Amino acid sequence: MTTPAKAGPAPATPVTTPAPERLPLYREMRRVRTFEERVGELFVRGESAGSMLHLSIGEEGAAVGVGTTMRDGDTFTTHHRGHGIFLARGADPRRMMAEIGGKETGYCHGKGGSMHIADMSLGHLGANAIVGGGIPAVVGAGLVARRRRSGAVSLAFFGDGAMQQGILYESMNMAALWDLPVVFVCVNNQWGMGTRIDQATKATALHERAAAFGLRAETVDGVDVLAVRAAAERIVGAAREGRPGFLAIDCYRFFGHARKDKSPYRTEEEEAEGRRRDPVSRARDELLAEGVAEEELDTLDREVATEMDAAIDYAIASAEPQLDSMFRDVFAPDQPEPEPVRTRIDRVLARD
Amino acid sequence: MPMLTYREALNRAHAEALRADDDVFVIGEEVGRYGGAYGVTKGLIEEFGPDRLIDTPISEPAIVGTAVGAAMAGMRPIAELMYVDFLGMAMDQLCNQAAKIRYMFGGQIGVPMVLRTQGGTGRSAGAQHSQSLEAYVMHTPGLRLCMPATVYDAYHLLRQALEQPDPVVFIEHKGLYALREEVDLDEPPPAWGEAVVRREGRDGVLVAYSRVVHHAMAAAETLAGQGIEVSVIDLRTLNPLDFATVRREVEKTGKAMVVSEGPMTAGVGAELAARISEECFDFLEDPVVRVTGEDIPISVSVELEKGSVPGAELIEETARKLLA
Ligand SMILES: Cc1ncc(C[n+]2csc(CCOP(=O)(O)OP(=O)(O)O)c2C)c(N)n1
Repeated sequence: MTTPAKAGPAPATPVTTPAPERLPLYREMRRVRTFEERVGELFVRGESAGSMLHLSIGEEGAAVGVGTTMRDGDTFTTHHRGHGIFLARGADPRRMMAEIGGKETGYCHGKGGSMHIADMSLGHLGANAIVGGGIPAVVGAGLVARRRRSGAVSLAFFGDGAMQQGILYESMNMAALWDLPVVFVCVNNQWGMGTRIDQATKATALHERAAAFGLRAETVDGVDVLAVRAAAERIVGAAREGRPGFLAIDCYRFFGHARKDKSPYRTEEEEAEGRRRDPVSRARDELLAEGVAEEELDTLDREVATEMDAAIDYAIASAEPQLDSMFRDVFAPDQPEPEPVRTRIDRVLARD
Repeated sequence: MPMLTYREALNRAHAEALRADDDVFVIGEEVGRYGGAYGVTKGLIEEFGPDRLIDTPISEPAIVGTAVGAAMAGMRPIAELMYVDFLGMAMDQLCNQAAKIRYMFGGQIGVPMVLRTQGGTGRSAGAQHSQSLEAYVMHTPGLRLCMPATVYDAYHLLRQALEQPDPVVFIEHKGLYALREEVDLDEPPPAWGEAVVRREGRDGVLVAYSRVVHHAMAAAETLAGQGIEVSVIDLRTLNPLDFATVRREVEKTGKAMVVSEGPMTAGVGAELAARISEECFDFLEDPVVRVTGEDIPISVSVELEKGSVPGAELIEETARKLLA
């Protein structure tokens, strides 16, 4: 695993942050963890739409540390492993779960699924199944924010795999060139499918590349949600002032790439070591050490479990989309829908 | 005869090609250690090593472009795009570079590479992982295109593709990898570019390729039970296109349907229907009918995904109407 390298002097984690302020971050991370576990359960129960489900377990520090720094009006894009980020930004887990089940009540009415969740009301410009595909949109959103002086920031979240896609460099260059309120967030879980980061690049100090384009750039340890939050506040704060930035967050992909991948390309030792870097249990241990009662945390965990169980129930109870809804939203609502193949065939073959 | 899957046949074709020609190599994401996202190249790295199964970063334009350069420099690359949907990212290297180099440079050099990928629906993989993009390729002069429907063809078409002097795009169907058939791979294959008539009938002809060949065969079987006999043509390669076989069957029966999974508009079916209408006009008793995917993106919802593409039922129903 690469050691997190910091660019420039970064203030140490403020260990003095009082427990009451840390508790919400813990709760948010627990929500992400439990949600993802329930996504796994949805799959096992045969209720998910397909098996291309990429869990963000191990990445809760990144999702919550950055997700909670966004404000109303800010926009963001995510990648195929973006459930946690969206949840931390305020998503309704029931509508997320329903989307993952391909149901009508989901955020995208069952058309998008796990890899294509979006919600314009929360500024979520969309998750993406094309590695790197969502990155340049934040340059466009940043351009608009600056032009309209809205004070909004636009953030692109992506994995370390996207660091090898050319589109990232075109986007970073333009964001820097035009001083846009844009942040690039690389969730570096060390793996892209079966390829470890050092098998994909020689330049594993990822923030250095962004710095070379003139972005404010840091790497932070994702196991420590407070450190992530502090770094995110610096970088996002500067971006809001027109100084675009980049944040790499080191963490570990706890499980396989997608539901069916058992990661045969990693050793058990590596996985055990990686899973020790657990942002959720670390936050919990810290809270306990600071004197928060265990029962309080247990109660919180149970509340979260109940919330996420309800999300599963909601998804399963929800209806499939109506078949003819598939012709909707190809174009704007006032435009004619494409003619169904069957209708056209009947028209062509109609005989007197 | 041995039973083999489509995936195993492809694996074997790779292994034998790598063994037979030291200039052949495979390059793409997860093709080596991982064995391919769909397991096609599984185990090959053990025999051939990482120099001949080259794992790349996630950099599609550079994967295809590297293959173009290696082909120009004298080797025989098999580049893999994990999903045909990623063609969008590598389009420049495929369509502006690979496809045009021989022509632009006045015939000095060719680009003998194979670009392997897979497409189609069936896994709730959503709008960006389920497309049928063969029309993009077929529309570009300078590219060969093959889309095997059977286990036998998966093996032989890949071997033949590796013999071609020009770039070949080889599109597998993700829904066929587990297809298991009894095959005798020693039986000599049809010549490169020849279509195969999978079933002969007198009442009409269904022209298909890739997975919908199986739907067309199932429909033909059902129709036979109702006394309607249709021919089923498996085109196998879309470029070269064996129009002579299509013409022969259309002239014999006077009625034609073209079947494809991709969207209707400006699709492969459109090209085929136009050619049949132009070239077989005097023999046609009815319009050429396209049974295709809808003109919409693919949804993740199981129901919507299934509803977006033609199955055996729609083919049979349409044939009954056409041949009534
Ligand atoms: C353009 C493109 N290439 C390849 C893929 C296949 N693919 C999906 S996820 C993935 C690995 C991505 O790794 P990373 O960006 O590190 O994200 P992680 O899965 O680790 O969260 C690959 C190769 C894809 N979806 N899009």
